Amino acid sequence: MAVITYRQALHDTLREEMLRDEDVFLIGEEIGVFEGSYKITAGLLKEFGEKRVRDTPIAEEGFVGAAVGAAMLGLRPVVELMTINFSLIALDQIVNHAAKIYGMFGGQTSVPMVLRTPGGGGQQLGATHSQNIELYYAFVPGLKVVAPSTPADAKALLLASIRDNDPVLFLENLALYNTKGEVPDVVEPAEIGKAKVSKPGTDITIIGYSRMAMVAQQVAEQLQADEGINAEVVDLRSLRPLDRETVVESVRKTGCAVIAEDDWLTYGIGAEIAASISDGAFDYLDAPVRRVAAAEVPLPYAKPLERAALPSAESLTTAVHQTLEAVGRRR
Amino acid sequence: MAQTATRTKPATRGTTKPRRGSVRRGGRFAGESPELLQDYFYEMTLIRRFEERAAQGYTQAKIGGYCHLNLGEEATVVGLMRALRKTDLLFTNYREHGYAIAKGIEPGRVMAELYGRTTGTSKGWGGSMHMFDVEAGLLGGYGIVGGQIPLATGAALAIDYRGGDQVVMCQMGDGTTNIGAFHEALNIAALWNLPVVFVVINNKLGMGTTVDKSSAESELYKRASAYRMHGERVDGNDVLAVRDAASRLVEQARETGRPALLEAVSERLKGHSVVDPAKYRSEESVEQAKQADPVANFRAELIEAGILDEDAAVEIERKAQAEADAAVAFADDSPHPDPSTLFDYTYATPVANDSRRLPADPVF
Repeated sequence: MAVITYRQALHDTLREEMLRDEDVFLIGEEIGVFEGSYKITAGLLKEFGEKRVRDTPIAEEGFVGAAVGAAMLGLRPVVELMTINFSLIALDQIVNHAAKIYGMFGGQTSVPMVLRTPGGGGQQLGATHSQNIELYYAFVPGLKVVAPSTPADAKALLLASIRDNDPVLFLENLALYNTKGEVPDVVEPAEIGKAKVSKPGTDITIIGYSRMAMVAQQVAEQLQADEGINAEVVDLRSLRPLDRETVVESVRKTGCAVIAEDDWLTYGIGAEIAASISDGAFDYLDAPVRRVAAAEVPLPYAKPLERAALPSAESLTTAVHQTLEAVGRRR
Repeated sequence: MAQTATRTKPATRGTTKPRRGSVRRGGRFAGESPELLQDYFYEMTLIRRFEERAAQGYTQAKIGGYCHLNLGEEATVVGLMRALRKTDLLFTNYREHGYAIAKGIEPGRVMAELYGRTTGTSKGWGGSMHMFDVEAGLLGGYGIVGGQIPLATGAALAIDYRGGDQVVMCQMGDGTTNIGAFHEALNIAALWNLPVVFVVINNKLGMGTTVDKSSAESELYKRASAYRMHGERVDGNDVLAVRDAASRLVEQARETGRPALLEAVSERLKGHSVVDPAKYRSEESVEQAKQADPVANFRAELIEAGILDEDAAVEIERKAQAEADAAVAFADDSPHPDPSTLFDYTYATPVANDSRRLPADPVF
């Protein structure tokens, strides 16, 4: 068992899968000579050559569409989109083509493709480079959307995504790349569509994904250590399909829930989770479900404004306290 | 103002000496096999009759949705498909019934798809705009204007990646050359030496907007020069000219891996789709399209050249009508998809917690 960064876990997985399967190739902006904007693909051009590590023009619709076409013929392209913000330029190829080709042709061909892309704010990148727009993709049947929060999950889910026969949007977060965690020497592919209880508990359920799952874990451990509050943390890991069962089962046990998400509140992922809790655990609820989400503004550049807009360990802790007070369980 | 088509010279490829059993007299049929010419006439007529039956099926409400017909473009369709090997791959836009037939799919299966039946090319999931058949090499009709162009480029990338000798043909309409995907995909195909022939069917109308109102350079083949790609224009009403030009570009792509752009100038006999009465068209434009009717003109030419007599032409037309009628009968007799198969084609690799909820079902 080694302790490595999230970045290293992604790099190692890409390399191992390329060694394992000749059909796996990488395609995207700046992934070769430049070694990737976030250095996930460092060294891979040198090792595998231009055929399998393909630098593209700045033309997202063109190269994402080309990856979809190559996947239709059985190759396994792993696309790097420099940030999720640029995926909007390729939206037609992702939503109208990658997601639909298996269905609209009656299952005759599929699109075994992975779209890796980081999102998230907190780096003072301004409104167009700090978005959490995973909801746009999680809304679409035919796509799979995964959002791992730890290095071990990043590896297990990337393995599963590359070997999957459907288009998978693989969400990374800029804040996660340097985080560290234990990764077993041998990692099995994760089961896409399954959430994980990353910390069992009895007092309250905290639900998150990607960066906010990591923050939820830290907050839960802190609350346990400081106040003896025993929170259960559910890391969604997959936004489509969505594992409602694990969420509902947890809330039935704890009787209350806080959802932590980096995206905007209105219509966000948390809204869907809250509706699921209402559908499956209404009679078990002791308090209304709370959501901690980003402020509904285009994310500003100035540091104090950006900090105020994004959910944090402090805002999540406050929401947990308020919920526990409402149910009379705060010690 | 509509562009005037320029007819390209007859084929320069191969020998000019008449083959055995070929037309010996001079003129544009010199060196052609009479059987092949009759075969082209049959296929063009079949597509014409098929599309007439499709229009009829639409008015009878047996066909729903949109229905874009190939009426007036039969010479282009047949000429292009004769330039491809069976193993070559074709991506088209939504106006693809004729292409599906000419690429080798049974007309019955094409009609069954229009009828939304399980025996259709996409098992009833696609309809008019989304036909597909791996064996015939039709990798799909696509409904979003230009959406197919990056896909075709990617298919050519896969062929190149594996060292295969197939060529990809990517068909589109004139309006498509103004969208970003066209330019991005042509640039990528040229940069990476991919074996794909882009074909623009210029019928001078993008729905109701004329090509000179939508394209700053309305001689569309010239756009190839921006990508250092060979571009060429051909008379889309001449099946032989289309076949010869397409054959040259396809074989060149096969040998060199270089992409090319072919513009076939054609006419649309009817509206954009079955429901479009084309009121925006001038009488002059409609008359010009009628005069250019490739099926009627090819028939007259074959008779004039002594390749067909009137009786033989009528016999071919009778056979084509019978095959179109048989396609309708096949579609009519085919089963509708069972609603229990609704969730069969969301994902190729099944995963945990995939929703199979029907509209009124509770979530839990």
